[in-house]
Order: sequence, then C-alpha cells, then structure tokens
Amino acid sequence: MKTAAYVGVSGQEKTAKVKKTRTIPPWLKGFVVPIIMLALWQYAGSAGLISETVLPTPLAILASFYELAVSGELADNMKISIARAAGGFLLGGGLGLLFGILVGFSRKTESYLDPSLQMLRTVPHLSVTPLFILWFGFDELSKVLLIALGAFFPIYINTFLGIRSVDAKLFDVARVLEFGWHHQITRLILPAALPNILLGVRLSLGIAWLGLVVAELMGSSAGVGYMIMDARQFSQTEKVFVGIIIFAVVGKLTDSFVRLLERKLLKWRSSFQGTN
Amino acid sequence: MSVLIRVEEKAFGIADKRTVVLDDIHLDINDGEFLTIIGPSGCGKSTLLKIAAGLDTEYTGSVNIHGREVKKPGISQGFIFQEHRLFPWLTVEQNIAADLNLRDPDVKAKVQELIDIVRLTGNEKAYPVELSGGMSQRVAIARALLREPEVLLLDEPFGALDAFTRKHLQDVLIDIRQQKKITMILVTHDIDESIYLGTQLAILRAKPGRLQRWLPIELPFPRNRTDTSFQYLRQKVLEEFEKTEHSAYTEGAGI
Ligand SMILES: Nc1ncnc2c1ncn2[C@@H]1O[C@H](COP(=O)(O)OP(=O)(O)OP(=O)(O)O)[C@@H](O)[C@H]1O
Ligand SMILES: [Mg+2]
Repeated sequence: MKTAAYVGVSGQEKTAKVKKTRTIPPWLKGFVVPIIMLALWQYAGSAGLISETVLPTPLAILASFYELAVSGELADNMKISIARAAGGFLLGGGLGLLFGILVGFSRKTESYLDPSLQMLRTVPHLSVTPLFILWFGFDELSKVLLIALGAFFPIYINTFLGIRSVDAKLFDVARVLEFGWHHQITRLILPAALPNILLGVRLSLGIAWLGLVVAELMGSSAGVGYMIMDARQFSQTEKVFVGIIIFAVVGKLTDSFVRLLERKLLKWRSSFQGTN
Repeated sequence: MSVLIRVEEKAFGIADKRTVVLDDIHLDINDGEFLTIIGPSGCGKSTLLKIAAGLDTEYTGSVNIHGREVKKPGISQGFIFQEHRLFPWLTVEQNIAADLNLRDPDVKAKVQELIDIVRLTGNEKAYPVELSGGMSQRVAIARALLREPEVLLLDEPFGALDAFTRKHLQDVLIDIRQQKKITMILVTHDIDESIYLGTQLAILRAKPGRLQRWLPIELPFPRNRTDTSFQYLRQKVLEEFEKTEHSAYTEGAGI
C-alpha cells in the first residue's frame, strides 16, 4: 500500500500499519448497520422477494427523488409546506414569546392568564384538528392555526420559566447600578432567559413541523403532505417514501439551525468549547 | 463628616420570633478614610453594610452621605458583594460599562483606564466563565468605580480567594484609594486584612450587634505584616476580640 510507505522501512512497523488499516474508524461504525440493511433491502427488492408497492427499492426511491427534483414538483410542494410551517410557527411562537414575557414580568398578568393557558395546554393540540376543519374548512387558515396552536405553548412556557429563573442576586446588582427599566430588560432579563427561550424555539419548531404533517395529510391541494397523499392514491410508494424522507430531513435541518443559533448566542456559557 | 451611619435598631422577624440584630450603632466616617469592620460571624456586618447601601431600609435610624439621606440603593454607594455577581452574558468591558454605552468614546476611555488600574489589560473581551475568581472580583470593583461612587462598600470581597490573590487585590484597593480618594468601608473576618487596609477599624460584638471598639490605624502605607507595630496592633485587636463573649471566632484571623 502506498499510504503505508511513510511509516518507515522496518518490516515490523509495516505490519503494524497494515493491521491498523484493517480496523474501522469509530465514526464509520455507525454506518455499517444501515448500509448492510440498505444492501439487503435493495437485493430483496431486485430479486422480486418484496412487492414494489409495499416496499420500493432504495434505488427506485432515489430515482423518484431525482425525477421530482428535476421536474420542480418537489421544490414547489416544499415551498408551500415551509411557508405554512413558518407562518404558523411565527404566529404561534411570536404570541408565545409575547405572552411568556407579559406573564413572566408581572405576577398580576400571571394570576389572570396563566391558569387558563395551562388548562388549554392539557388539550393535545392535534385533537382539535376536526374542530378547526369545521370552523375554518380545509383552507390555509385552519392549517396555519393548527401549527400556531402547537408552536405557542413550548415558547410560552419556556419564556415564562426563563424570566422567572433570573438570579435574584443579579437584580440586586441592577438596583445598585441604577438600571433603568429598559436596561433591566435588555441587559438582565432577556439575556438570562435566552437559553430557555431558545429551548422553547426548538421544541416549538418540532411541534410546528408535526402540526404541518398532520394538517397536510388531513387534506390539502399542495405541499409535501399533499404529494404523499396523492402518491398513495396511485400506489406510487416510492414517492411516499420521498415525502417522508423530506419531512425528516427538513425537520432535522431546522433543528440544527437553532442549535447553531444557540451556540452563537450562548457562547458566553462556555466559550472555552468554541474556537472562535 | 462625609458618611454618617446611625442605626438605632435593626431587627428581623416579628412578635416572639423577633431578634434584634443591630443595636445602637453610630459610625462617622470622614472623606477618604478606609474603615474596616470586623466581628464574629452572624454579628450583623452584612446587615449593617446593606443598610449603608440602601439595600435594606427596614430599620430605625438613618444613613447620610454628604448630607443626603440614603433611602434606596444607587451608584453613589458602590457595593461589592462577596461573590463577584458579574453578568455572565457580558464581556469584561461590557460588564464594567453595564448600562452605559461603550460606543461613547468617553465611557470607553474610562472603562479602559479602570481595566488598566485593576490590571486586567488584555482581557477586555473575555466572558466571566473565562476568568478566575480574583479577576472577576476585580471586574466587579472596576464596575463600581466607573460610577465614581462617594463611598465604596465591600462585603468580605476577598473571602473566597486564595491568600496570594487576596494580597494582590488588597494592594489593588490601596492603589485605588490613593488614586481616586474614595471613602471605603470594608467588612471582613480576617484581622490581618482589617489592619492591612484600614485607616480606622470598628470591632463589632454579637447578639445584638454593637460597636465594641473603634480604633484608628495610623501606620503609613505600604504596610508590612511583619512589622512590630503591625503585630502590636494585631495583638490589641485580638485582645478586644477576647473581651467579647465570642472569643471562639478568632480562628478566622489568619495565621
Ligand atoms: N433576611 C433575614 N431574615 C432573618 N434573619 C436574618 C436575615 N438576614 C440576616 N439575618 C440574621 O441576622 C444576623 C446577622 O446576619 P449578617 O448576615 O448581617 O451577619 P454577618 O455578620 O455578615 O455574618 P458573616 O460574618 O457570617 O457574614 C444573623 O444572626 C442572621 O441569622
Ligand atoms: Mg456577612
């Protein structure tokens, strides 16, 4: 092997190197099982052991993905889905942040609002889907509202918690330094609550995405969910798979994005970890 | 007299749970003096300092600074807590500036001057997690000094630090007092520290907290702990301590 040449000339060292190249690096080990599974799956499908309408082969799914991507169908549907999720998330998350701040800041608003909100929270938000369809039809409105409803609570609760958990000792400091109310908010309360708020954002995004899937599967004329339901009608199972994978990947990407945001905004928590 | 502290009585709790913590304590401190307060644990030193800062207003008596009555906390009574209490999300220079705008060249220049005084040059952009305890406490001192307080109140500011860092910060304080001529009141349980820093020393006794003894310290700066005059004063303070019934508390005296 050419790469082994730099190790040295002695025969002993050479055998050591050869042995080393045979061991698999740890990060690769995680891929072993999926790759074997995919290979078996592909084999079983190609050999005709499994019906294609039940389980299309990985290559068929890949081909379907390519086709959808080239035709622009995938991009169009994704645009619509993402717009819905973003709209619902911004509406619900924004209100959650607003109410979280209001209730967090004042015990008075807390005693008026929090009990009702906590009561509403016990309703699993997807269970109101039929009600929303009755009220708002199969329109965009019912979808966006369903997503917003789910996105509201995690941000609300975490913002509220974050504000309430600000160290009372730092409030004393703010008093000694004569902070005005607006510095008290921008220099003390919001930064202190930010870790919680960002956690709320992450949870909310996850729920918004789930709401989107349910809303689109319930009935829609565009979007990734529609694409899935449409493909199901025509037994295009590989297209269904593409849709599911898209949901998974976009969900994961938004989560990673918020994590990145966390690392940037909260670098004061452990700046030793970053290299800056 | 620049700082007048009159506490007729300070008590915690109500009815039969009520305990008097401070009883008839009068302290008059001239401009530029460095008063150190020493006393057994639980005798009410922190309570007294909080009253002076305006952080505690539930007592009978009054606090006056240059004729102005102190009714709430504020920047003219700078306060250094036992723990540094920095804002973890602000860098060193942002912590010192706090609610002031660092983009103002005037503020920026003053912040930089203080960073140099507390010997933190080069650490302007560091976050508190990256600082040692002693560095953090220096940032807290700079933060208070930026507001040009009339009096600086320090509650066992170096209690949690190792002996070497403590000595260094004591010298920083002496430097600052000579440069800025700020009146300082420092609470400590370390007899050496009280003599090393103070121009005046108040010894409190416990249950209820009363002024046991007021002692001027007329040693010139810089002081040397091994001088005979230093040792003589130390002996005197120890004797005062033994007169209080809580002589067991002298183990905090260091060495
Ligand atoms: N918020 C409070 N409520 C009730 N009692 C209190 C409160 N704060 C302090 N005390 C009591 O007042 C007394 C004096 O407390 P203080 O903290 O002033 O003591 P200290 O002299 O600073 O002690 P140390 O040297 O241990 O810091 C103590 O007996 C304490 O139990
Ligand atoms: Mg104390």
